[in-house]
Amino acid sequence: MINLYTRRRIANATGLTVSVLAMAFGLFWLCWILWTLLDHGLPALTPMVFEKMTPPPGSSGGLLNAIFGSLMMTVIGTLIGTPIGILAGTYLAEFGQRGWLAPITRFINDILLSAPSIVIGLFVYEVYVVHVKHFSGWAGTIALAIIVIPIVIRTTENMLRLVPSTLREAAAALGAPQWKIISFVTLRAARAGIITGVMLAIARISGETAPLLFTALNNQFWSSDMDQPMANLPVVIFQFAMSPYQDWQNLAWAGALLITFSVLTLNILARVLFRQSASTH
Amino acid sequence: MPMLLHEARLKRQSIFDTLFRNVTRLAAFGVLALLAAILFSLVMGSMPAIRAFGFGFLTSPDWDPVNDKFGALIPIIGTLITSGIALIIAIPVSFGIALFLTELSPRVLRRPLGVAIELLAGIPSIIYGMWGLFVFAPLFADHVEPWLNQHIGTLPYIGPFFSGPPMGIGILTASIILAIMVIPFIASVMRDVFDVVPTMLKESAYGLGSTTWEVMLNIVLPYTKVGVAGGIMLGLGRALGETMAVTFVIGNAHELTKSLLNPGNSISSALANEFTEAFGELYTASLIELGLILFFITFVVLSLARYMLYKLGQREGKAA
Repeated sequence: MINLYTRRRIANATGLTVSVLAMAFGLFWLCWILWTLLDHGLPALTPMVFEKMTPPPGSSGGLLNAIFGSLMMTVIGTLIGTPIGILAGTYLAEFGQRGWLAPITRFINDILLSAPSIVIGLFVYEVYVVHVKHFSGWAGTIALAIIVIPIVIRTTENMLRLVPSTLREAAAALGAPQWKIISFVTLRAARAGIITGVMLAIARISGETAPLLFTALNNQFWSSDMDQPMANLPVVIFQFAMSPYQDWQNLAWAGALLITFSVLTLNILARVLFRQSASTH
Repeated sequence: MPMLLHEARLKRQSIFDTLFRNVTRLAAFGVLALLAAILFSLVMGSMPAIRAFGFGFLTSPDWDPVNDKFGALIPIIGTLITSGIALIIAIPVSFGIALFLTELSPRVLRRPLGVAIELLAGIPSIIYGMWGLFVFAPLFADHVEPWLNQHIGTLPYIGPFFSGPPMGIGILTASIILAIMVIPFIASVMRDVFDVVPTMLKESAYGLGSTTWEVMLNIVLPYTKVGVAGGIMLGLGRALGETMAVTFVIGNAHELTKSLLNPGNSISSALANEFTEAFGELYTASLIELGLILFFITFVVLSLARYMLYKLGQREGKAA
């Protein structure tokens, strides 16, 4: 019989080994996926990608219109969603101690944060696309803005709560009215954290595909008219990757590489920025 | 006279204050309105299907656009099964990762490794889909599925689930990719809740001679079980609504099959594939009703997740 101590030691060693393996398992997928992207994406990432429009099957081309469309929708979506998110987050952090609105909003917001993005696409389709009767860049922008809002609310509220209340009290003692305290003292003190949240939101929406399928759809040609269907990287990648044409698949890999590395760079930048600001406090 | 001027300024500031408070309140209220609007528009959009099929929609395996007969059973089962298998894989792995990050990792590596796992969550889901379709599925079809067929497919009871054509594309592939996608979510919640366990508790257990593994199983896990469950539910919520990755690899077949190697369908992939091509009012309405069902399921799951995490936070507050 193995004695109790040995058995416990074996259990411990097994458990810890499994834990190390789990960690390796997680990292393994990350490396594998990134490697695949580099392997397939780099050869396809020629200057043409940034110079030409999306081609018809069988001929060569680039992703210029898709990159432009994605940038437009992401930027405008962020510009619409961020102020609303910051305002609502401010309410939750600064005025949310009493009343029924704040706890319910917080709860609903947490749910919207992880709600399936395809449902957001359906929603925008129902309330916007059906009424104007065509897919458009605006519809895509609205869908993305709706995804931005809960992310910004969450980080704004969390960051405002980290601001020490002595700051607020000092400003109040100097006679500053509340709106000034919040906009010039607390929001400014929480600035870095809020910017981090916005960057994470941008990272999230720049890879979103599902909500754009029924809203912006796609456009094979150059279009800067937001009221028309608009090309965008995720949907182009989806369409091209599912196609049987080799040219299209190569372009899809190039687009995938672009998206992933910009999203990951944003993610890392946001973290670095946040850590720097946290260490100066 | 100067007194009055001063009062006027004070009054103006208090008007600004009220204005400011109400503008922020309006924004917060907007979030509630948004949820209500989403629910309302989905219900309105699916009205034709609700009227035509009633509750039978939930239990009917039909999906026949030509004859206008629709049912949600196959996509619902597909969604639940893929998410369920994903959780079975993801939970132990996430636990291992969280354990590694909180107890085992050298201090210098803790942050970079944590970030690496979080980056796994940052990769857009369409990338998982592409990678799954072009890289993972062929390998899976060539090396894993034949093995599953030969060794597990012949067993009684569970055999039928693992026998079938090794195509690489199907429910099992989708589940594995979903698992990889939800691991970072569950692992980071687990790590965060493990971090709130009072050091005193752990040190007492170590002081009594417990091993690291025993401290994890008997001290940390019981203390944080509500939070861990919350994290798992959060991961489940993610898995249920995941669209693009699943759409690429699940095969999009409206068939009820016993084998996990066969192609199937999930709610989100049915929507992604068919919505823009749907013809006729009833077809569109049925797809929107699918969306409504998906929203309802994730809503319930995520509510439970938040409730559990909130419970843990409350207890932590009491202890402090």
